[in-house]
Amino acid sequence: MTTTTYREAVREAIRQALRNDARVFLMGEDVGHYGGCFAVTKGLLDEFGPERIRDTPLSESAFVGAGIGAALNGMRPIVEIMTVNFSLLALDQIINNAATLLHMSGGQFNVPLVIRMATGGGKQLAAQHSHSLEGWYGHIPGIKVLTPATIEDARWMLATALADPDPVLIFENQTLYNMEGVLDPKVTFVDIDHARVHRAGDHISIITYGVGLWKSLDAAEKLAAEGIEADVIDLRALRPLDNETFLGSLAKTHRALIVDEGWRSGGISAEISARIMEIGFYDLDMPVQRVCGAEVPMPYAKHLELAALPQPETIAAAARKMVRKNG
Amino acid sequence: MPSLGADMRAAILMRWRVKPGDRVKRGDIIAEVETDKGLIEIEVFENGVVDQILAEPGKKLPVGTVLATIRGEGEPAPVIVTPPAVAPALEPVSEAKPPVRAAPMPHVRASPLARKSAQELGVDLSKVTGTGAGGVIEQADVLQAAAMTKEEKPLAPAEKFRRAVAAAMSRSNREIPHYYLATEIDMTRSLGWLTDQNAKRSLKDRLLVAVLLIKAVARALADVPELNGYWIDDQLQKKDAVHAGFAIALRQIGLIAPAIHDAHLKTLDELMAAIHDLIPRARSGRLRSSELTDATITITNLGDLGIETLFGVIYPPQVALVGFGKVANRPWAERGTIVVRPVLTATLSADHRATDGLRGAQFLEALNDRLQTPEKL
Amino acid sequence: MSTDGRDFLYQMLRIRRFEEKCVELYSAEKIRGFLHLYIGEEAVAVGSISCLAPDDAIVATYREHGQALVRGVSASAIMAEMYGKLEGCARGRGGSMHFFDAQKRLYGGNAIVGGGLPLSLGLALADKMQSRQRVTCCVFGDGAVAEGEFHESMNLASLWKLPVLFLCENNLYAMGTALQFEHSVTELVKKADAYNVAAAAVDGMDVFAVKAATQKALDYIRAGGGPYFLECRTYRFRAHSMFDAELYRSKAEVQEWKKRDPIATLSARLKGEGAITGADIEQMERKVADEVSEAVNFAEAGPWEPVEDLTRFVYSERTPS
Repeated sequence: MTTTTYREAVREAIRQALRNDARVFLMGEDVGHYGGCFAVTKGLLDEFGPERIRDTPLSESAFVGAGIGAALNGMRPIVEIMTVNFSLLALDQIINNAATLLHMSGGQFNVPLVIRMATGGGKQLAAQHSHSLEGWYGHIPGIKVLTPATIEDARWMLATALADPDPVLIFENQTLYNMEGVLDPKVTFVDIDHARVHRAGDHISIITYGVGLWKSLDAAEKLAAEGIEADVIDLRALRPLDNETFLGSLAKTHRALIVDEGWRSGGISAEISARIMEIGFYDLDMPVQRVCGAEVPMPYAKHLELAALPQPETIAAAARKMVRKNG
Repeated sequence: MPSLGADMRAAILMRWRVKPGDRVKRGDIIAEVETDKGLIEIEVFENGVVDQILAEPGKKLPVGTVLATIRGEGEPAPVIVTPPAVAPALEPVSEAKPPVRAAPMPHVRASPLARKSAQELGVDLSKVTGTGAGGVIEQADVLQAAAMTKEEKPLAPAEKFRRAVAAAMSRSNREIPHYYLATEIDMTRSLGWLTDQNAKRSLKDRLLVAVLLIKAVARALADVPELNGYWIDDQLQKKDAVHAGFAIALRQIGLIAPAIHDAHLKTLDELMAAIHDLIPRARSGRLRSSELTDATITITNLGDLGIETLFGVIYPPQVALVGFGKVANRPWAERGTIVVRPVLTATLSADHRATDGLRGAQFLEALNDRLQTPEKL
Repeated sequence: MSTDGRDFLYQMLRIRRFEEKCVELYSAEKIRGFLHLYIGEEAVAVGSISCLAPDDAIVATYREHGQALVRGVSASAIMAEMYGKLEGCARGRGGSMHFFDAQKRLYGGNAIVGGGLPLSLGLALADKMQSRQRVTCCVFGDGAVAEGEFHESMNLASLWKLPVLFLCENNLYAMGTALQFEHSVTELVKKADAYNVAAAAVDGMDVFAVKAATQKALDYIRAGGGPYFLECRTYRFRAHSMFDAELYRSKAEVQEWKKRDPIATLSARLKGEGAITGADIEQMERKVADEVSEAVNFAEAGPWEPVEDLTRFVYSERTPS
């Protein structure tokens, strides 16, 4: 088992997809000659040529729509939108076409499209470049939303997404690209509709996704030293949400803490909280708590940005308060 | 009146373009109506002769209103221009307000899990003290209460009790920041006084050391009242009355600490009577729930078991536990020489949120003082 | 030529009478939602689609009844769709603005102005990448030309030489906004220059002119020339949709354009050439009337999709190959 990075894992996933299926091609801004804004596709243009690694103009609507059309007509495109911030320019295509064509056509046309985007804040890129909108996309029926947090998921979720007959959006938190780790050679497939428990504990359930997983595991270590043991759950997909896993954890711990990079109001944390209330109400020994992004456009100054996002300390403090009922 | 849009409910008939007897064909404009969007011409879909005008200009008419009739070629019966009147959409009927209950029932604030547990364990929520935020009853509170029994109900099975105690103790350890102080008390005077007292009493009226300890604790609390009360909702609720939880060992189960109410007011004899009453009832599972929830401080005396020093775990929501070991003869320094004295190690386990070491130490000093003047107890 | 002419007349008449029936049914609340009629524009759909191959694709707008009918989607399926019935061409899930037919390669019916253009790019791209000689005919109006998606799509189609026929139905109004209030450059065909796209403008009221222009465009595209922009100058005789008081244009203007009614002008021309008689036309009318009333009966009698099936077709029920 050799060490690799999240970035390399995504690259290898794309490479494998291009090798295995002639219908697969990748298009997006700067994916070819530039090598990818986050260097994910570096070297792929040389390896696969301009027909299969296509640089597009800055036309999100056009190339996402083109991805949809190509998927309708026999291809298996991977559209790379540089970041979720720019995906807003393609919202019409994603929500009014990709998500609806199967339904509007009464089942005649499905859209086997994969869209990958970088997401998240934490690099002092300020308000327009720091969104975490994957939870928002989780609101839309007709698409699937994935948030690979681990290198294993970065490596293997793409293949499962490409095999899915419906549009799948994959959100890669940009602070994870450099993350190092080891891939288990025995794992060659992952599902895209189940959460995973990364740490087991009886006192509290910490439910999270994406980079929140690593912040929560950090917090869980701190808490363990204080005698508080947490279940840490990586949702892995925000649509569909794996109720069974987090509700099962709640049945054991009776306390739920949700960690979400996005804003609290109307976000995915609210949805999870609602499901816990609806289905797991009688397992609750206290109200569900959430640690979310602060309700503010992302500020540039470092200390403000840190305060605007969940951190291991704030996660631990919230958990501590729930278990100890003091600070 | 035709429907021209999903959000069109009605329009005002402005002008007729035809009159009875006029011949019309499909597509002819027959009238003008004023809508929210402006004046729109409406057409007829049949060929025929205008028979009757049924609506006058100037009125706002809902979609579906018959405006005129047209007689088809060679037809005697009139052809209706517009479709049959569509039943107007029913306005949603507001729900009748439920009748106000004569006597509103008191609402007990408890977590969903606590309610479920209470139901399973047969605990009356209205009698449980909650220690969650705002006094909400949480599961541990219910488990604690369930560990006790009510008058009419039989003792909860030992297993449930043990589990409840385990839960309560874990929670205590987790939630309460304990600090511990110990002091050694020269019991010469107290034991001496006790011997004298008991010499004048019959066997069954004998006073045990325990009651001296209880009374001394109760009196010492007058000096440091912050050790007598509950920590609830991030603050200390001091209690005036001292209901001393007195730890009793139950075989196979462990310690139970029912309250001796108003220990500060009882005489030593009354305290003895209380103990004599409590112990058998504890052992046969006939304690009252008030005895199990009212303790404002707990006293654990394990001297009989040969323990020298005891560091106890506080029973939440109390903020202190006083522990006594055995009285043992020990070397004692006095006026520059070593003597042998009967010494008792008294410990205080206290909640650091309610008191600090200074107050704790002052309490132990007060306790010591009281035990040096047993005749005043 | 005359067989073409008779066929063209019949097709246009078919669209016209079908649309007129829709007006009646909408007023009677059988058809709900939005209804955008093709009356006056028939020559564009008939002339252009006559040139398309059966396996070419069409991406249309919400004003698509003409395209759907000419393409061969059955009038019954279309009517049932507008009634919201299960046997509609989209199971009643789409309505008037969303006709789909996989066999006819009709990809809607798009209610977002300009929303179909990027889709066309992808359909064309896939054909090109799979070495298929197919054209994607993307229909849109003058309003769409102002949308960013038009410009992005023209640019990308030109850059990648995609086999797209950008067919613009310029009826002079984007809903209620006249051309001069929409565009800094009102001669729409000129905009293609900015993207190095071959282009032409044609009289959209003349079905033969439309046919000729479309054929030229398709030849160009099939020869590998890349995309083509064809502006068809046409006019809708009725309002934008049913609920429209037409405050933005004068009745006189409408009357002027009605003089160039494609059906009337073709009919007159064919009669003048002796290619058709009054009786022929009456026969056509009867045939069309029969088809329309059959479609209405079909729609009226058809079942509704069971409510229990509401949440179907959000995700696929089968795994495609």
